[in-house]
Amino acid sequence: MHELSIAESIVEAVQARTHEDQVRVVRVRIGKLAAVVPDALEFCFELAACGTPLEGARLEIAERPGRAHCRSCDQEFALPDLVLLCSCGSADLEILAGRELQVASVEVA
Amino acid sequence: MCSTCGCGTDDARVEHEHAPPDHDHGHDEHERTHTVELEQAVLARNDHLAQHNRDWLASQDIAAYNLMSSPGAGKTPLLERTVAACARQVSVIEGDQETVFDADRIRAAGARAVQVNTGAGCHLDAGMVHRALDKLQPEPGGVVFIENVGNLVCPALFDLGELAKVVIISVTEGDDKPLKYPHMFAAADLVVLNKTDLLPYVDFDTRRLVADARRLNPGVTVLPLSARTGEGLDAWLGWLGSSASVGFRPDVRTATPLT
Ligand SMILES: Nc1nc2c(ncn2[C@@H]2O[C@H](COP(=O)(O)OP(=O)(O)OP(=O)(O)O)[C@@H](O)[C@H]2O)c(=O)[nH]1
Ligand SMILES: [Mg+2]
Ligand SMILES: [Zn+2]
Ligand SMILES: [Zn+2]
Repeated sequence: MHELSIAESIVEAVQARTHEDQVRVVRVRIGKLAAVVPDALEFCFELAACGTPLEGARLEIAERPGRAHCRSCDQEFALPDLVLLCSCGSADLEILAGRELQVASVEVA
Repeated sequence: MCSTCGCGTDDARVEHEHAPPDHDHGHDEHERTHTVELEQAVLARNDHLAQHNRDWLASQDIAAYNLMSSPGAGKTPLLERTVAACARQVSVIEGDQETVFDADRIRAAGARAVQVNTGAGCHLDAGMVHRALDKLQPEPGGVVFIENVGNLVCPALFDLGELAKVVIISVTEGDDKPLKYPHMFAAADLVVLNKTDLLPYVDFDTRRLVADARRLNPGVTVLPLSARTGEGLDAWLGWLGSSASVGFRPDVRTATPLT
């Protein structure tokens, strides 16, 4: 359950910026290839926010699909999982998106 | 070791706290929210501490390896053998939820060890390793092994400041594990296949394991060995030596393809 650590890191990162201000909304970007389960993260966020100025804040998760670029044939395509294979047969891929694990912004009272 | 910013020690968080907010938004009058842009990595703090670990280890000419596997794949037995056989001074950070069993075993094998108990936590993070290094006081020029908590999922996400991540899989776990635990195998700089002495007793297709690991991690080296018999240990020691001397870069694979 690393989602709890992730949730604690979110609370910590936000509080470092907003200090004692009441936080109402936290917006995060989570890539589909980032090994984080949104439902589990939501659950853990509620726990992690308990007793902090983030208590009761809504967590808005924007999921980001995976995308890759093939260095062999130069095409760009959707990457549903971590299996690195282009339709041209090459495994020489660069993951362009889908590994995001970012705090985008917060709404502060 | 972090005199520059002091982070990583238990109370170091204090230094990262800022002065009380000096802005006033009229909290009492009405509920008006405003947006604060953060645009930062969730694990920024961990990554910052990991970079400190990495810098400090490099300044001491210490090669550090993060060993990850499911519980019971044989991390500790491999380390016991490595302590005895490695040319460089070995010290070990042992991560487990509870007990000091593994650190005791490493000390009995003749190396310095520090146990980190994570309690409910299912992985080590850079801060824990930072504190453990402070306690461990590893020899300059030596090797530090970090035995992560037995878990094929969570440890993959956390940079510890290591030179390389080593994933250990044993033949009794089944050859289908790479695709079931893709994040771990995608993160590996080296895959060790342990317990090869048991291959005659289990249905384990080594080719499939290698092929699947490379679907996630093209070109990754897979080293078969037995921590029990010592077979394959030379290749492991060789990999350690070469990775430490070249300053391992994940994009440079050692060319020992397993067939
Ligand atoms: N036959 C055989 N058994 C092995 C080998 N390596 C380890 N074992 C056995 O596997 C079992 C599990 O080993 P552990 O020391 O618990 O492995 P670990 O990865 O350190 O486990 P945790 O620290 O609990 O995550 C022990 O009974 C070892 O003796 C090997 O190469 N061959
Ligand atoms: Mg162990
Ligand atoms: Zn976990
Ligand atoms: Zn292609």
